[in-house]
Amino acid sequence: MVWPIDLAILTLVVITSIGALMVKDLLGAAILFGAYSFMMCLLWTVMGAVDVAFTEASVGAGVSTVFFVAAVFRTSRRTKD
Amino acid sequence: MKIIGLIVAILVGALLVYAAADFPAWSDPASPASTYLSPHFIEKTMEETSVPNIVTAVLADYRGFDTMFETTVIFSAGMAVFLLLRTFRREEPEARHYRHVLTGVTLRVKEGGELPPSDDFERIDSLWTPHDLIIKTVCRLLIPFIQLFALYVIAHGHHSPGGGFQGGVILGASIILLAISQDLRTAVKRMAEKLDALLCSVGVLIYAGTGALCLLLGLNFLDYSALASVLHVDSIMARSHGILIVEIGVGIAVMCTMIWIYNNVSSGGKYNQGL
Repeated sequence: MVWPIDLAILTLVVITSIGALMVKDLLGAAILFGAYSFMMCLLWTVMGAVDVAFTEASVGAGVSTVFFVAAVFRTSRRTKD
Repeated sequence: MKIIGLIVAILVGALLVYAAADFPAWSDPASPASTYLSPHFIEKTMEETSVPNIVTAVLADYRGFDTMFETTVIFSAGMAVFLLLRTFRREEPEARHYRHVLTGVTLRVKEGGELPPSDDFERIDSLWTPHDLIIKTVCRLLIPFIQLFALYVIAHGHHSPGGGFQGGVILGASIILLAISQDLRTAVKRMAEKLDALLCSVGVLIYAGTGALCLLLGLNFLDYSALASVLHVDSIMARSHGILIVEIGVGIAVMCTMIWIYNNVSSGGKYNQGL
């Protein structure tokens, strides 16, 4: 592992995960969750688990974000708390 | 209540960090995981199954039973979404929206109403925004290449990262992209609901059927070397081909489940209009 890349990705993972929890706009949270998944995908690539990274990129960052957006579209966009 | 939740979360997180300190160092060759089964897979996979990608061989052959139920989980997820969301009875009479292509005039036709006799009307969603030419054209050009890449990922899973799961998800995503860039009805026209549900279970059936075939041919469930007599190859190549058959089953099941879930979620179970 190359530590500057690792540090940058891990920082972004923490930022996006906290952001996805804090944001009031559910659509924004869905997009942040997609970004989080993509950062996890990069992290796995750095660690050499390419198959897992591929799955994360297609399932986590790709399709599940679309599912979240579709679900937000069918409910309300703002959370109460 | 929120403060209690925060405290619990911090405590569990601290416990996790404390426990993580006991992990062996990353890529430590002396760690328990690297000394127990991994050496066997690394040394023997190529001569036992002739599959260069060890991950694929472990997933679909050595731990084929595990992957079979993973596929079943995906199938059950699609089934659950279908059973929860799909509605066949309409509460209020449905109004359809039509747009005259040449003039841009929008008509709202109530249940039982009729359109003026003309071919220039296209049906639109109730929350319709003008179609963007660039998005429509780019998506139409890209979708065949996405599907081709997905087929490559499934077929080339023996040699490179990828396999049934990833390829199936990419195939499903290409149809979902069609549904987003055009509308849901266009995508459903290409991939009808019944066909989708049928293929979903066919994928799982291919996987379980391959296992059962091995059982019928006299070996253990999912021991693909039994397929040697059916495929007319030696038992090592039979394991390689068995993995490919199973991956195709996984790909079909995952593709259809993704489309199924998307259609049900985005249309709220009504299948009339999507995102």
